[in-house]
Amino acid sequence: MSGHASTYEPTSRWGKWWDERLPIARMMHGSFVEFPTPRNLNYLWTFGGILMFCLVAQIVTGIVLAMHYQPSDVQAFNSIEHIRRDVNYGWMLRSMHAVGASMFFIAVFIHIFRGLYYGSYKAPREVLWILGVTILLVMMATAFLGYTLPWGQMSFWGVTVITNLFSALDTIYAGLGTGIVEWLWGGYAVSGVTLNRFFSLHYLLPFVLTGIVILHVWALHVAGQNNPTGLDLKEASESVPMHPYATSKDLVGLFAFLVVFGWFVFFLPDYLGHADNYIEANPLVTPPHIVPEWYFLPFYAILRAFTGSFLGIPLGSYAKLLGVLAMFGSILILAFAPWLDSSRVRSTKYRPLYRWFFWLFVFTCLALGYLGSKPAEGVYTTWAQIFTVLYFAHFLIVMPVVGLLETPNKLPRSISEAVLGEGGSASFAGATAAPEKR
Amino acid sequence: MTTHVEDENRRDFLVVAGNAFAAVGAASLIWPFVQQMNPDASAKALASVEVDLSPVKEGQAITAMWRGKPLFIRNRTKAEIEQAEKVQPDELPDPTARNGGISGDVPAIDSNRVKKGHENWLVLVGICTHLGCIPKGQAMNDARGDFGGWFCPCHGSHYDTSGRVRKGPAPRNLDVPPYAFISDNKIKIG
Repeated sequence: MSGHASTYEPTSRWGKWWDERLPIARMMHGSFVEFPTPRNLNYLWTFGGILMFCLVAQIVTGIVLAMHYQPSDVQAFNSIEHIRRDVNYGWMLRSMHAVGASMFFIAVFIHIFRGLYYGSYKAPREVLWILGVTILLVMMATAFLGYTLPWGQMSFWGVTVITNLFSALDTIYAGLGTGIVEWLWGGYAVSGVTLNRFFSLHYLLPFVLTGIVILHVWALHVAGQNNPTGLDLKEASESVPMHPYATSKDLVGLFAFLVVFGWFVFFLPDYLGHADNYIEANPLVTPPHIVPEWYFLPFYAILRAFTGSFLGIPLGSYAKLLGVLAMFGSILILAFAPWLDSSRVRSTKYRPLYRWFFWLFVFTCLALGYLGSKPAEGVYTTWAQIFTVLYFAHFLIVMPVVGLLETPNKLPRSISEAVLGEGGSASFAGATAAPEKR
Repeated sequence: MTTHVEDENRRDFLVVAGNAFAAVGAASLIWPFVQQMNPDASAKALASVEVDLSPVKEGQAITAMWRGKPLFIRNRTKAEIEQAEKVQPDELPDPTARNGGISGDVPAIDSNRVKKGHENWLVLVGICTHLGCIPKGQAMNDARGDFGGWFCPCHGSHYDTSGRVRKGPAPRNLDVPPYAFISDNKIKIG
């Protein structure tokens, strides 16, 4: 979209006619065919394309499932069973959609950790990164609304717990939180009315998501892709056209991803779900142990870490509000990473000290995920509190301080040198004798 | 036709006033789209129910529905009442009574949570004030927590025999709904 002149030349009369009126083919050619891609991208960079696939797959399977699903409290639970048992290929389509949500999150988490490791959030990619955080938030909202629809016990109580988060605002202004919660529910408790509106919004949000993804890709194409060295592209020979080089690599990554996806769809369709969601919603019985889907567990652990006291500090009636603020804060703080990180070196590859903290942060997220799946009592709560502190410390202490203390390793002068060693630039340029023209 | 300076001022006023009027009109149209999501007439119509208490023996509890929420009605034993009356408000995380039948904040002593002359009957909205789960403690073999009342399995809040939060993340005591005894064995809630 920018930074390079388009070489697109329509050949047919039809192509020329269009190009003068709506140059959409020119735009696509510039953005996805000849777009200069760093030649040293590794497989972690294939997750952008994989995520694009996930979004399309969720929309396509979702639209066909909506043709058979009944969004009413009486019919919803049975209509899911109807889809699984009676609808032609319904068993497969439902699995693709339910497993697809999990796969979407696996891919997005890898994509985010990739960005954090290689410093993809740093200038000039701040807006690109913030759009990414927004995508994560909308994805989480969509997944949460979608999980309501099967109207099982976990659906019902998950909604109850999460919508009740807003009632924490009562601590700030009496009645404000309760008012918002009843407005979301359309009643005095979660009911079929709630299910109906959640279905409507679950259908809407993926298209909002698509819009933000377009902005995300646009911002990516303005700033250009980051790469494992974190260095800027200096000469044309350090990049290759997106097609066929990056696109074919993306396809290899996508196929490997699809093997895992298919394995779950066909052999373990319910493995990532919860057995209690095969019991129809009952407003009078809370399951003994409410857990969200696995991808929300780290955030759930942070929410529950705020009980009557936090590592010995009494919280009193503010416990609930603080838990809610910390949970949303744990996502929003990502958006500030570009300004919290004081290091001018992008890639963690050249940051010997920060590298340890990065892996500690990965471990912290995994530990929070584990703790989110455990009951909120005793030693689990204490550990959840410790890891919550570590989570926020990574952004608020490690990122600003380590950047100032650390002496980064010597950076290569260019991507060519990083790949081919000293003086690699010349031979590298020689090796790029445009293989497509050979 | 000639244009005067005064006319331009007049035109500015008309432009500002016209735009402001249109903006207020457009903004006011948002309200129906927001308000349609609030509890509707049919939800409000279920505002009051009557419950017969005669089958509930001492030490037993029943669960009724009111506005789509569960109501805990417990016929408390002498020991439970005594235990609840011993507690002073300053020992509690939430020192207010949360009684929908009493206007204003009154201290969370047991007598402010029940009806005078019917101290054995405790009527509560059975929804944990943390995140809305249904606490355990209604059935005889349920876990009742460390204070003999109710225990919320979701995030570990403990309530005592007056339905007051004693431990855990819940910020408030269980709500007492507005209700009245319409006979010795019958109450009307709402």
